[in-house]
Amino acid sequence: MAFTAFSGTAQAAEPAVRKRSPIALLLLLPGMFYLILFFVTPFFSLIITSLQEPDPLLFGEFNNAFNWQNYVIVIETYWEQGLRSIGFAALATLFALLIGYPLAYFIAITLRPFPLLQALGLVLVIAPFFISFLLRTLAWKQIFATEGPVAGILSSVGILEPGTAITGTAFSVVFGLTYNFIPFMVLPIYSILATFDLRLIEAGNDLYGSPATTFRTVTLPLSAVGVISGTLLTFIPAVGDYINASRDFLGSADTTMIGNVIEANFLVLSNFPAAAALSLLLMALILVLVGFYVKRSGTEDLL
Amino acid sequence: MRGFGKWAIWVYSGMAFIFLLIPIVYTIVFSFNDYRRTNIIWTGFTLDNWLNVCDAQDVCRSFGNSLFIGLVATVLATTLGTMIAIALVRYRFRFRNTTTLLIFLPMATPEVVLGAGLAAQFLQAGVPKGLLTIILAHTLFCLSFVIVTVRARVASLDPALEEAGRDLYGNPFQVFWRVTFPMLLPGIIAAALLSFALSFDDFIITNFNRGAEVTFPSYVYTAAARGIPAEANVIASAVFFLAIALVLIAQVSAAVRRRQLAKAG
Amino acid sequence: MTNNEVPQGGFAEAGADLELVGISKRFPGFTAIEELDLTIPAGSFFALLGPSGCGKTTTLRLIAGLEEPTTGRILIGGRDVTATKAYQRPVNTVFQSYALFPNMTIMENVAFGLKRRGIKNADSLAHEALQLVELDHLAARKPKQLSGGQQQRVALARAVVNRPALLLLDEPLGALDLKLRRQMQVELKDIQSEVGLTFLHVTHDQEEAMTMADTVAVMNKGRIEQMGAPQDLYELPKTAFVAKFLGQSNLFTGDVVTTAKSSIVVDAHGTRIEVPTDRAQLHNGRITVGVRPEKVTLHDSAPKADSSRNVIGPGRITDVSFSGVSTQYEVTVPHHGAISVFAQNTSISTLHRDGDQVWLSWSVGHTFGLADEAEAEPVSRFHADLDTSMIAVQSRKDLEAELEEA
Repeated sequence: MAFTAFSGTAQAAEPAVRKRSPIALLLLLPGMFYLILFFVTPFFSLIITSLQEPDPLLFGEFNNAFNWQNYVIVIETYWEQGLRSIGFAALATLFALLIGYPLAYFIAITLRPFPLLQALGLVLVIAPFFISFLLRTLAWKQIFATEGPVAGILSSVGILEPGTAITGTAFSVVFGLTYNFIPFMVLPIYSILATFDLRLIEAGNDLYGSPATTFRTVTLPLSAVGVISGTLLTFIPAVGDYINASRDFLGSADTTMIGNVIEANFLVLSNFPAAAALSLLLMALILVLVGFYVKRSGTEDLL
Repeated sequence: MRGFGKWAIWVYSGMAFIFLLIPIVYTIVFSFNDYRRTNIIWTGFTLDNWLNVCDAQDVCRSFGNSLFIGLVATVLATTLGTMIAIALVRYRFRFRNTTTLLIFLPMATPEVVLGAGLAAQFLQAGVPKGLLTIILAHTLFCLSFVIVTVRARVASLDPALEEAGRDLYGNPFQVFWRVTFPMLLPGIIAAALLSFALSFDDFIITNFNRGAEVTFPSYVYTAAARGIPAEANVIASAVFFLAIALVLIAQVSAAVRRRQLAKAG
Repeated sequence: MTNNEVPQGGFAEAGADLELVGISKRFPGFTAIEELDLTIPAGSFFALLGPSGCGKTTTLRLIAGLEEPTTGRILIGGRDVTATKAYQRPVNTVFQSYALFPNMTIMENVAFGLKRRGIKNADSLAHEALQLVELDHLAARKPKQLSGGQQQRVALARAVVNRPALLLLDEPLGALDLKLRRQMQVELKDIQSEVGLTFLHVTHDQEEAMTMADTVAVMNKGRIEQMGAPQDLYELPKTAFVAKFLGQSNLFTGDVVTTAKSSIVVDAHGTRIEVPTDRAQLHNGRITVGVRPEKVTLHDSAPKADSSRNVIGPGRITDVSFSGVSTQYEVTVPHHGAISVFAQNTSISTLHRDGDQVWLSWSVGHTFGLADEAEAEPVSRFHADLDTSMIAVQSRKDLEAELEEA
């Protein structure tokens, strides 16, 4: 399953002795060439673009230069959206973990004696993947709409003042991000817990550990790889997302995230250097965070 | 305490499942809405949207585009990815760590960055945006997922099986097509389905590289501002039912096979 | 049949000789096989016996063509096959994990090799092979629907059906339980005499090797230590490794003090042990001699001097384990450590008890002399799980010895 991408469990069964052969090159070359042409060189394109300066005569045209001030300008202009992206994504990751871990535990361990229910549980977790990302986000928008059911109930109970919008707030954006990326949290944790030996829990209880102690000292540490993998798989797409925060979906002008800024600069304002500089800064941030996180968790062999 | 814990996790998980399902049910229900101008308020049940999906021409055309892009990108990514997966598990070569990193990084790159990078490159190279650029972009982000999925399958394959094939007078070509490939097939199919699903639902990378071309997600995105026709819900619901049916068939047939094996053993 | 083609059509008439000439195999970081020469005559059942990591499986894979030797040549029936690929060699393997193709039926598995060689009546031959292993009624099943023993027999049928010049068996019974293993040993032996192929059997189970094979080669650290008929290896081991790996042995190390025409005498910590000259590999200096536990007799009192028997003692019985047909005693003799004795339970009165003082004797003709020296301490097979009483006895002995010296 691709969702164990960060957990590195796939390598476990690899044979010890691999052969050296020219066939390897034949198998690797086309795909690696593709990755270099469409993944590596675009970063050089971004670097070049990010240093360009506007053409003095033609609007929307840029000339190659070494205009490093672009970086200073985008940081000065968009630091708020940048911080907001990190904050929103971190919150969404936290909530996804709070919802996702028990859910993964439930499917992998509580439902283990019932294989059919377990399979059904897994299908329910990945079900959101099968319906359009945009439509399910729009569904939340309409459920939260001022004239919608949630606002109606809340205002009739008196929690919400009538006419107050739920959408377009930080709450609705974080809510949407959490919802949309929960499966990315559940699946890697599930894949670790699914192979978890239940006798370890029995041994923990046998050795005078209360259920809580056993969970904290046995189950949780052993599922840490899944948690790390899930957090990264949730945080990375969440920090760059611009659908949930878009004003046509769950956001407003006050919830703009870095993704919205890059999109607007690239596709609407045709300010390519700004968009490129922001993309590179975002990528650098992710790499630093991932590297730091992976190093701190002591699981450098995740790759 | 223990009894309470058991009970609590059932309730908590039940609520989480309901939470996951709410927008799906909402989308499906509103595909039957007898809507007038915008499909926001429930105005009555109708089958019209399902029976005349292509009355909303834009919906249908964008859906066709998405199918086409998904198919081509899947074939490309699955072919290239399977080759790399086999090489990664079976062979020793130089720059192995660099290769693994290069495969991993696209999955760790936010979609905006991938999209903007490709768009910047196409802009500089003067490649006009359209179906071609969308397919190239989709193949790229599907590739890593294919490799990871197929690699797990290759790694779980007992090398002794291929050795047995060689030992029993199969030349390398025969051993691959009669032993290795049939055993990898479930993994390859899983990778292809995943890659189609990723491509079909992608919006962010597509949006940077589509030019004037419209895919189903990009249609929904632009239509969101002025109201989405229920026909879009019909398409999404139909895809959902199809996917769920596929998954259920796979799960049930696997369960049946397990039961048969258990009985025979 | 040219060198580079899959063997087409016909079968090997009978097994063929296998010859390994100066074979070495080096992997990055270690050497699996060092300068190995080996000849296996046609039609024999040959066992390659050794502990895990001794290079026996590598040898098998080299013969099968699954690995290439670093140096040396492999000849089958006089033809050099070193440069040919696995699928071009008239050799088939029964894999340790059976390696049955899970996506094919039993029938398709067995017919696989025949079809690759373009043999016409592949299906009927496959049925015959399945009848040979009594599994023809399961031909339509998939491998996973069969038990371990049945899968093992399918793997055998799949290899035998090709009538290879040489059949390789890679620990083929390792995954079976004891009872099934015994049964399969008999069946394998029957099938071998029925089809008359050359079998090369790799195993770490000495009992399995001795029961089944005509010739056993004991392998250790990439070299063959000794080769011969099972009973010859057992009765006259030439190295300490063979003496201890193949059955159990009591070993004594000492200097040669007398050399006569028919025998030599070794002084081991004051005990004189006589060895027939033709049963000793070395005839002077410091050598190790030994005797098998079942050859040793226990005595309640010092036995009468008898030039045809070696006597050692007195010692004390430190462990008695009764196993029905026989009883195994551990006797601790000062300076010689624990000596094992197997006594047939032919009469009830011969039972000795823990703590009894006894003397040991055995026929000179049963003594053997080794070509290398055993490790300084005579290590018993059961040394690792000393029981507490034995440790107590040993430490008392050690203490007494210290006091005497002081």
